Amino acid sequence: MSHAATMDPTAHVVEPAESPLTPESWGKLGMWIFLAADAMSFGGLLAGYGALRYFSLNWPNPKEHFGINLTAAMTFLLIVSSFTMVKALSACRRGDAGKMKLFLLITALGGAAFLGLQAFEWTHLIEEGLTLQGNPWGSPLFGTTFFILTGFHGCHVLSGVIYLLVTLMMAGKGSWGYGEVEITGLYWHFVDLIWILVFTFVYLI
Amino acid sequence: MAQTQTPARHDAHPEPNYFAVIVVLTVLTVIEIGVTYMPMAKLFIGILLVGLALTKAIIVAMFFMHLKFEKTTLALIAATPLVLCTLLIFALLPDHNPKKHLPQPAAAGTEATAQPQPTH
Repeated sequence: MSHAATMDPTAHVVEPAESPLTPESWGKLGMWIFLAADAMSFGGLLAGYGALRYFSLNWPNPKEHFGINLTAAMTFLLIVSSFTMVKALSACRRGDAGKMKLFLLITALGGAAFLGLQAFEWTHLIEEGLTLQGNPWGSPLFGTTFFILTGFHGCHVLSGVIYLLVTLMMAGKGSWGYGEVEITGLYWHFVDLIWILVFTFVYLI
Repeated sequence: MAQTQTPARHDAHPEPNYFAVIVVLTVLTVIEIGVTYMPMAKLFIGILLVGLALTKAIIVAMFFMHLKFEKTTLALIAATPLVLCTLLIFALLPDHNPKKHLPQPAAAGTEATAQPQPTH
């Protein structure tokens, strides 16, 4: 009885750890907090872009100068890479290491292709005269906000590709498991989510 | 060490139909592009585009990021930047607006004089 009495307090010590606020995974909670902070960086940039554009007297029409078809293809590429990411996670859940590695690699390649297309788009626009300081079409802030927003997102894609390759290496070796692959996925889907917003606010509106 | 706990818990929620999710996202993207070519008021097009973009973002968060199956804590963390950024937009709105300070004829005059570069 005295033994049971000593066991009970131990159970009570464990119990609070299972409260509704206890995260399923501390790593996942950490990634979500990081993504929330990162979302605020993008939110600040997008809100600043909106204010500058709204207050501008001669903001050029983005549709006339940006290649919507190319950026729509880039959007589709990121959406598909999010799909391959969840496929990698599903394979990881099933314990199918081969498929997991294949889908992680396809996701990383999708990200690299996105960066390639962005480099192509930037080169084309720079040749047309769009720079950080000005452009031939109107408000110089048109170029400034475009390069800062798409560049900041591009840096995230680059980080994501590196992160995916590290995950591929670590999960391939067996050092990382489902939890880690899921956290990588969270970051990658966030990059996709932000592009959806950047695509609409910078290219379409 | 954490990975021994997570898979077991994750098996609890069903896997959404991811293919259907990308089909919906692609269709919404096509609708977005179509909306930009529609002969409607600019403001209405803007509202439609923001609505469509937010819908797509929420779909990505819900199904790809599994927010639909997570605890409320994570949803609250995810909603925080959205709330703060909405507040930021309202904070920026009363900011200096040059459009208000330039009456129509004066605006035309200022632009005409502002165009040529001053010679040094």
